[in-house]
Amino acid sequence: MKRRYTYFPGCSILGTGRACEESTRAVFAELGVELDDLDDWNCCGATAYMSVDEHKALALAARNLALADTRECAELTTPCSGCYLVLNKTQRYMEEYPRVGDKVKCALKDAGLNYTGRVRVRHMLDILVHDIGLDEVRKHVKRPLKNAKIAPYYGCQTVRPYLDFDHQHYPMTIDRLAEALGATPTHFPLKTRCCGGSQMGTLPNVAQRLCYAILREARRQGANLILSVCPLCHFNLDSYQPDIKSRFGEDVSITTMYYTQLVGLAFGMDPETLGLHRNMTWDGSWLEREILAGAPA
Amino acid sequence: MTGFQKTAGNGRQGARGGEEIRIGFYVCHCGMNIASLVDVAAVAKEAAKLPNVVVSREYKYMCSDPGQEFIMQDIRENRLNRIVVAACSPNLHEATFRGAVARGGINPYLFQMVNIREHGSWVHTDAAAATQKAIDQVRAAVARVAKHRVLERRRMEVNPSVLVVGGGIAGITAALNLADAGKKVYLVEREPTIGGHMAKYDKTFPTLDCAACILTPKMSAVREHPNITLWTYSEVVKVDGHVGKFHVTVKRKPRYIDEETCVGCLECISACVFKAPKFEDEFNEGLGKRKPIYIPFPQAVPPLVTIDPETCLKFKTGKCKSPCETVCDRKAVDFTQTERFEEIDVGAVIVATGFKAFDVTRLPIYGYGLYDNVYTALEVERMVTSSGPTGGEITLRDGRVPKSIGIIHCVGSRDKKTNRWCSRVCCMYSLKLAHLLREHTGADVYQFYIDMRCPGKGYDEFYERMLDEGVQMIRGRAAEVTDWTMSPEEEGKLVVRVEDTLAAYVRRIPVDMVVLSTGMEPAAGAEEIRRMFNISCSTEGFFLEKHPKLAPVETATAGVFIAGCCQGPKDIPDTVGQAGAAAAQALALIDKGYVEMEPNTSYIDADDCSGCKSCIPLCPYKAIAFDEASKKAVINEALCTGCGTCVASCPSGSISQNLFEDDQIFSEIEEVLSHV
Repeated sequence: MKRRYTYFPGCSILGTGRACEESTRAVFAELGVELDDLDDWNCCGATAYMSVDEHKALALAARNLALADTRECAELTTPCSGCYLVLNKTQRYMEEYPRVGDKVKCALKDAGLNYTGRVRVRHMLDILVHDIGLDEVRKHVKRPLKNAKIAPYYGCQTVRPYLDFDHQHYPMTIDRLAEALGATPTHFPLKTRCCGGSQMGTLPNVAQRLCYAILREARRQGANLILSVCPLCHFNLDSYQPDIKSRFGEDVSITTMYYTQLVGLAFGMDPETLGLHRNMTWDGSWLEREILAGAPA
Repeated sequence: MTGFQKTAGNGRQGARGGEEIRIGFYVCHCGMNIASLVDVAAVAKEAAKLPNVVVSREYKYMCSDPGQEFIMQDIRENRLNRIVVAACSPNLHEATFRGAVARGGINPYLFQMVNIREHGSWVHTDAAAATQKAIDQVRAAVARVAKHRVLERRRMEVNPSVLVVGGGIAGITAALNLADAGKKVYLVEREPTIGGHMAKYDKTFPTLDCAACILTPKMSAVREHPNITLWTYSEVVKVDGHVGKFHVTVKRKPRYIDEETCVGCLECISACVFKAPKFEDEFNEGLGKRKPIYIPFPQAVPPLVTIDPETCLKFKTGKCKSPCETVCDRKAVDFTQTERFEEIDVGAVIVATGFKAFDVTRLPIYGYGLYDNVYTALEVERMVTSSGPTGGEITLRDGRVPKSIGIIHCVGSRDKKTNRWCSRVCCMYSLKLAHLLREHTGADVYQFYIDMRCPGKGYDEFYERMLDEGVQMIRGRAAEVTDWTMSPEEEGKLVVRVEDTLAAYVRRIPVDMVVLSTGMEPAAGAEEIRRMFNISCSTEGFFLEKHPKLAPVETATAGVFIAGCCQGPKDIPDTVGQAGAAAAQALALIDKGYVEMEPNTSYIDADDCSGCKSCIPLCPYKAIAFDEASKKAVINEALCTGCGTCVASCPSGSISQNLFEDDQIFSEIEEVLSHV
């Protein structure tokens, strides 16, 4: 039976994270998984709205849960760690604090909606590794990426505080996925440390320092690639390398990509389909020379 | 037949009826514990209206001397013949009031207690409803007590020997105390040697006296003692009976060595086909290696070798020439040994099964298993011991001698994510390890602590001394141990990240070695021990004492006592003190020579018994037999514990139970429901 999930793209996926969307759709299509878009979805509110007005932010996010609730498939999946966190948080708050839940349900009722609590919010990484499984992934690998030494970067929103498919402090899901693709994951002590998130826009000195530590450590551990799972993490690590170099006086450049892009490469997909050309650190000839050389096409 | 006859008085023969029922009722304020919610005056007023109630009183503390005096006086002056007290749980004061009733001159079982504290004021918030509930309970008890009959307690002889489970310092102390008092003691230990955790320690705080020097003489005293039967590598597997008369089955695991003939010369170990030790050594926390044939440590008691069938080639492949067997001139090696079972009768049991150190892999933030130079405190304890795997040398897994060491407190203690409780010993042993590590290496030692908890004789003084010695104290729960670097000084080091809550900033402390001060958890297998001996436990799994202040070594099961860390985390002085207390309690029980048994046993109405035998296999205490002459079942009152299983199962309804007669229970139910 074909696997089906209700798919919540999220705003950044359609903007700065387009490469994430493109590679996710390509890889899941290849694996025969149907991603059924949630019609009429709205922004989850991200971390920003939650800190301005919690109740309104929860109602905003809960509208998506209520929409998913009307679907036959109550497994709501999203490729964005921010959306994953906010949707999960909304659900937990409504469950754990009945007063909050009642207020949010009241707001939903005004919009003609209802939320029963049956939706399960899933991260796409979880679905790829645990529902589809690494054995299935291995079957699709046409180009084992033996030369890729990856620093697995999970970021903080994926793991804290709701991660239930792996350990919150030293998860290994991406590590095991990378191994299934023929790549070598390095020990990466900063795998769940915050990249600075949206503070890159408001407090660049703080966020760049955090990214600097991550990029530097990835090189120090001998990685030639950083794999990330979140559009915002990827954006920060990918786009600010020149700024970080000039701020800290140290070259920390390293190729960064979404885990789905690496999966796609191992599946033998063409880089453009995977949106690799959209990455700032993208260098086709380097990839050809360092990663793909020797790997059967 | 005598053994199967009911003792006089407790049968249906002592029929009631005839006499006028005169009930005295008393409700207790329990200070404000009950009176703050339950309207006790209203309860007394309502009770006065109930049938047969002659006297109804309220008093601030019914359990006090004046309270008990009311009961005695009323019995005399008002010719009362039944008493009901509404107060706390019968677990606490049923015995107290029964005593008062008896002193007043009537049978103590013509009494009923109503719990309006634990079942009332402590668990409710609505005063009117709680008061109504109390009145309902009282009405039920008044109806019930009218049906009570005169019952007599039985005296039962106590077996004068004691079983001690667990051969750590608690079990050793208790066993020696009892044996010195002339009692027969069976000491059962699961490991091949006694000594427990204490045998693994180098020095003990705060005096820094050598653990081995104070423990090993006691271990050999156990072995030498004529009154102690020591069974190591053995486990209790079955417990029957009750206080004064426990029947215990002990499984003795095969060590493949004849314990009688082996003298501990250890030549078999040298002869083993494995020339070098190869397998993880449990006693040394895996830091050292042992052979398949081994002795845990040179001073082990008993000094016997043990063969581990999991690693021995003879068992694994069958293709070993067994030089161990040939070299032994006493022919002590015996590969044919199998499990044996010993059955013993004892009057009392002391459970001293100890603790388990927290499993640090549950906290990956501290990098145990990920980084070579992260150690547990027990590993370091073995390392600093001169008889340990490194001969007392502190060398890291990469061969270096550490120049800086971080000791992280509260690993698996005071932490909502793992264990909430304080393990009580870690602050002190961390200070001790700091001292020993500095002594051995001259390294800088940092302590990462939440609070220093050093209450004990000479403990705070020891803390002061460590401060004077220059141990660095950083207040804050360590956030993580990592190897990502921010500066050249951090290269090649482990970095402890911590919020220094005194200096109010986040610090990164680079060190060569990290020690995790693990907390204490209930021992592996505690759950099975608990079930076998019928001991309750707290939510965290430590065994529950009968009363936290006034009965700290007794349990809810009469005749079963607890001592040491199985009851909760504690240090060596407290453990030894508690073991002594447990021994004294056991001694008080067995020296008295008898116990009084509650009369709530079952009895059979022989006229109705059809002899179907269905009750016989159901009795957990083997108290029911079949009398071939009369073709009826008979209950041995001495063995019956009053569990009620046979009463419920009897198809002809011919089994009844004292204090739980049908008419008593039905009248109780009718009255409690009568207002509905």
